[in-house]
Amino acid sequence: MNNREQTDQNRRDFLKKGAATAVATVAPGVLLHTVEAAPRDEAVSDKVRWGMMIDTSKCADGCDECVQACNEENGLTAYSMPEGADEATWDQQRPKWIRTVKVQDNLTGHVTNLPMMCQHCEHPPCQDVCPTGASFRRADGIVMVDRHTCIGCRYCMMACPYKARSFIHENVDIKPSLAPRGKGCVESCNFCVHRLDNGQTTTACQDACPEKAIIFGDLRDPNSEVSQALAKYPTVQIRADLKLNTGVRYSGV
Amino acid sequence: MLYRIKRGVLSLMLLVMALAITGISQAGPQWKENTNSNAATSGGQCVRETEWMRKNHMALLKHDRDITVHQGIRTVDGSLSECVACHVNTENGSHVPVNAMQGPDGAQFCAGCHAYTGVKLDCFQCHSPVPAE
Repeated sequence: MNNREQTDQNRRDFLKKGAATAVATVAPGVLLHTVEAAPRDEAVSDKVRWGMMIDTSKCADGCDECVQACNEENGLTAYSMPEGADEATWDQQRPKWIRTVKVQDNLTGHVTNLPMMCQHCEHPPCQDVCPTGASFRRADGIVMVDRHTCIGCRYCMMACPYKARSFIHENVDIKPSLAPRGKGCVESCNFCVHRLDNGQTTTACQDACPEKAIIFGDLRDPNSEVSQALAKYPTVQIRADLKLNTGVRYSGV
Repeated sequence: MLYRIKRGVLSLMLLVMALAITGISQAGPQWKENTNSNAATSGGQCVRETEWMRKNHMALLKHDRDITVHQGIRTVDGSLSECVACHVNTENGSHVPVNAMQGPDGAQFCAGCHAYTGVKLDCFQCHSPVPAE
């Protein structure tokens, strides 16, 4: 056996072992979910990367079920305009974790509707510019704001190429127990982190979509529904030129 | 001369600190008279000794909030929602916020002590002062 063959053999053995351990680690994880939806008691790791695939060909014009579900889940609607405020400005600055975007190809006239939220980049620009470390990427790929250390400077809002973040200008009417939020902080989609940490495996927008256009799951697990769908259908990252390796991928754009 | 002044200032600071610490630990009896809570009446067990909690609850909360936010661990001792769930009062079938100055037996669990010691209470700008329904 020459050197080259020997290396290849070693590589094969290594891959085999790798595959065996991967199965072993996936199995207890699966068991954990089916037995009991228990709150997480150990730190998140990069063995999981949460991600999403959105099939925009299923998105109907005027549908905003995912936006409504997101608002309901995270308490975004419990926010009322102060007296004397300008209504247009207020409406523009209202917190939006998901925006509905309409894209038209001017040559063909083809219109695409898509939900746009935090893309959960592997290299998030919002994290790069944050002066306090409040904007961070969790080990399992969720990009979020630690509101305890956010000073409300809004650099991240300027840095985000997806316009995904909102600033809370006024006191909120209701403080949701699951997703605490308040005046003076920036916030954005966090893949319903309170659900994931309490053993659930779906997001509110995914559950609400009548067309099942949103598939959510673990990008690192080749058997997950989202990985299978990504392998099967052609998808793109929005602003792929920025090389951010987004966790949300779109098909049909 | 300068040395003596410095020593004087230092001892004065120490005295003030000592007074502040005893002030907090002696808030105990008054706190019991002025407030009540589910925990005090039901004989529930706190995550630490009461004496320790009176002085150090803020450190525990701050430590564990970082663990929850950054590592996703939800089963921590210093869980504010658990504090609220145990220490909240009920009046006419609904919960009274733990940071309210009025309610059954006056100021509520958090408000009573924080008003007495003059320490601003920031948690409930974002967190719910009543348990989840």
